[in-house]
Amino acid sequence: MNMRMADMTLDGNAIGGLLREIFTMEVTNAEATCAGCGAVNAVGRVEVYVHAPGTVVRCPACQQVLMRIVRGEGRYWLDLTGTRTLELVET
Amino acid sequence: MGFISRGFRGKRRDTADSGRLPPGQYLVNDYPVLSAGPTPRPNLDTWTFSIEGEIDTPKKWTWQEFLALPAETVTKDIHCVTKWSKFDTTWKGVSFDTLFEGVETAAEYTTQFSDGDYTTNLPLEDLVDGKAWIVYEYNGEPLHPEHGGPARMLVPHLYFWKSAKWIRGVRLDKEQQPGFWETNGYNNYGDPWREQRYWGD
Ligand SMILES: [Zn+2]
Repeated sequence: MNMRMADMTLDGNAIGGLLREIFTMEVTNAEATCAGCGAVNAVGRVEVYVHAPGTVVRCPACQQVLMRIVRGEGRYWLDLTGTRTLELVET
Repeated sequence: MGFISRGFRGKRRDTADSGRLPPGQYLVNDYPVLSAGPTPRPNLDTWTFSIEGEIDTPKKWTWQEFLALPAETVTKDIHCVTKWSKFDTTWKGVSFDTLFEGVETAAEYTTQFSDGDYTTNLPLEDLVDGKAWIVYEYNGEPLHPEHGGPARMLVPHLYFWKSAKWIRGVRLDKEQQPGFWETNGYNNYGDPWREQRYWGD
């Protein structure tokens, strides 16, 4: 897991645990297509911000938001507006 | 008796039941940095602050014009929805009462918009009557970029995600338009004293 101190950015592996709470399939090796610029990146390699009211996942190519995940009081909210496609692979 | 009650009050000042700490919050002495994206570093030569939307003549100030507006120094407690609170934070900036002088609008809601595409929504009445400021100094120093500099919102009576960092303007809305967090689980109003953290709170 890498962290760039300047902007407190983590890579997508930082939210592997959080994603396993939501999805039954492994998501860190899924390929996410950015709805903004079309870049395709494995979720484990996208940019993640966790020091916030929720978790914000951004495209490493254009910095647009790919996912927002909020967890609170037994509920999860997942916004995938910025992810055009998520390709998951059976293991 | 006097000794006991003095000790009791002294302890309470730093604990949850002092009446100053909203429910579910804990007190911090440092200033945690929260960030949902890369830290914007706008050029002050091209920076502007705007009031737009439901307004006949939109208003806009350059950085130099903004610094020339009447400023206030205020000391406030702030409450983050991630549960930390910080007492007695001191800021310098311009009140919304000053910014809204002469503005006539049919709007009842507002959206704050920032560099980095952050937005948050607030009722118009929560910005006026000495409740909200655009601040550019913290503790007598220019506001650091990681805390929202060059300028951020300060709306201390609501959870701090409503106090948008890197603020560039306010849009006056007839209808409520949920912002960055409000569209994904967070409360449209965010009163820390009623613990309005999430949808339905
Ligand atoms: Zn992109």
